[in-house]
Amino acid sequence: MSAIETGSAAPITTQPGTRRKRRLRDRDGMLGSAMLLPAVAYLIFFVGYPLVLAIMYAFSNVTVGSSKFDFVGLQTFSTAIHDPNFPGVVAHTFIITGISQAIVIVLCTVLAFVLAADFHGKWFVRFLVLMPWTTPVALGAIIWLWMLDSIFTPFDWFAQHLGILGPGGHLNMLGHAGLATGSVIAVQAWRTLPLATVIVLAGLSSIPRDIEEQSEVDGAGFWRRLFGIQLPMLAPIILVALLFGIVFTFSDMAVVFILTGGGPGDATQVLASWAFYKGINGGNLSVGAADALFMFPVLLGLAAVVLTMASRRRGD
Amino acid sequence: MAGGRQIRTIRGRISIYLLAFFFAVICGFPFLWATLTAFKQDPDLYSTGHNPFAFTMSPTLDNITTLFTNTPYLQFILNSVIIGLVATAITLVLSIPAAYALARLTGRWGIPVAIGIFVVYLVPPTLLFLPMSRIITVLGLQDSIWSLIVVYPGFTIPLSVWLLVGFFRSVPPDIEEQAQVDGYTRIGAMVRVVLPLITPGLFTVVVFSFTLTMQDFIYALAFVSSSSNMTISVGVPTNLVRGDVFFWQSLMASAIIVAVPIALVYNIFLRKFIQGFTLGAVKG
Repeated sequence: MSAIETGSAAPITTQPGTRRKRRLRDRDGMLGSAMLLPAVAYLIFFVGYPLVLAIMYAFSNVTVGSSKFDFVGLQTFSTAIHDPNFPGVVAHTFIITGISQAIVIVLCTVLAFVLAADFHGKWFVRFLVLMPWTTPVALGAIIWLWMLDSIFTPFDWFAQHLGILGPGGHLNMLGHAGLATGSVIAVQAWRTLPLATVIVLAGLSSIPRDIEEQSEVDGAGFWRRLFGIQLPMLAPIILVALLFGIVFTFSDMAVVFILTGGGPGDATQVLASWAFYKGINGGNLSVGAADALFMFPVLLGLAAVVLTMASRRRGD
Repeated sequence: MAGGRQIRTIRGRISIYLLAFFFAVICGFPFLWATLTAFKQDPDLYSTGHNPFAFTMSPTLDNITTLFTNTPYLQFILNSVIIGLVATAITLVLSIPAAYALARLTGRWGIPVAIGIFVVYLVPPTLLFLPMSRIITVLGLQDSIWSLIVVYPGFTIPLSVWLLVGFFRSVPPDIEEQAQVDGYTRIGAMVRVVLPLITPGLFTVVVFSFTLTMQDFIYALAFVSSSSNMTISVGVPTNLVRGDVFFWQSLMASAIIVAVPIALVYNIFLRKFIQGFTLGAVKG
């Protein structure tokens, strides 16, 4: 009898508590939604809505001059794909992104280790390393445009002194398809290296110091510690750095637009710059939108990687 | 950063210095070249054969003076600063409550929203600028600095929310609970008690949002057509390149004048940014 009494008494005493807690949680949820709403609404209007419009444009025949808007199915995509330049544009986009980010992933890891160490003049080195990132892309590209000038580039002077070029010879870096592509790759690597380094540095600073010290005490050498402990622990954050780098390089039009104008010929044209030339300069919004939309599958894939990483971390 | 790793072996120390020098050259060489160029006189600059790093004529400040007196460079800077500040203000007003909600109030259902907001950051302006130029026209903002003010939060809000969630989470919840016991409302506790605690985080978000707006090229190129409304990124290349004539010294000076102060501020805030990034990304 007493057992039953206590058994039934227990829920009675806890019930108001849980109810209040649930009510509090509901209220938190309501407040939370209200606080989230403005930011989410803003993003829906200024990112979600234009994204939907971009997709609609690509299935229509909309141009800059007219307000005519007819759905034409896949015709615009077909026009975009059958442009003789299109396969090259896609290829350049992947080549420039792939090679520049392969370089960045190696350099940023090394540079992060350098900046994590103590040395004299570190403040100044860090300042120089940050510069390519803090210079607006367009102005950074202008500096390179001058540095790679067909006549007054300092690289010609170096090459002449090293005997690669005869006296008065010119490399004309931006005049040859291969060298121009290499130049775009160099600028993209140069400007994305600082952010990648900072991200890896963040990862490096979160590795517990005692793990490293313990392994040092255990007699693991530098390379053993690097490949056995540090790099595996850094791998997820290096992936984050790589994702940022790929998104910024893959979708950038400023470097190509300023440095090469897509040239020589259309040898360095990428999807983003091509979309601008077609959509704004050419006045054909729908074809431009379709060209830009070809970036979407890759970006969607990257988003999927982010989602997988996020859910895996929650699973841990 | 400060209190970095001590390198004990001689070989290790030499490698660190060699690598540091290597990276300083890679990252800094274009700026050395730009700085030398900015101070050169025309006949000195446009001559080949001699060491291009040496001055054969005395350095001049004319190219920098020209920038400020004969071009709308000051106007470009002013436009960029106004656009950056207002866009950053919008960003803060919207992302502080959103980040607080995600850090404290939403619980499990907030996770997909947080991921969704971050994924927005992966949608690049180059994908959106064509329909966006139509939206801007419909809103009547074409060729106005307001066109840029309203679109920039589209990419600054996601990054800011992400950083701020991390900073909010670093504050122990007991502090707000105590404030609420003391009679503050939830929001009162957030504004009066939590925000002051994350002031360094707020500064970081301001610095990074502001500089992110300075990076944009394509929106500014697509939406603004008159010089008086242009930002630095678009104004400089359109006004200092006339046909085939490039005013190289002034162009170089314009880049250095913008890049150096931002890099100095970044260098100061880097540790906080790394901390915010670690809180947001690494710990999740």
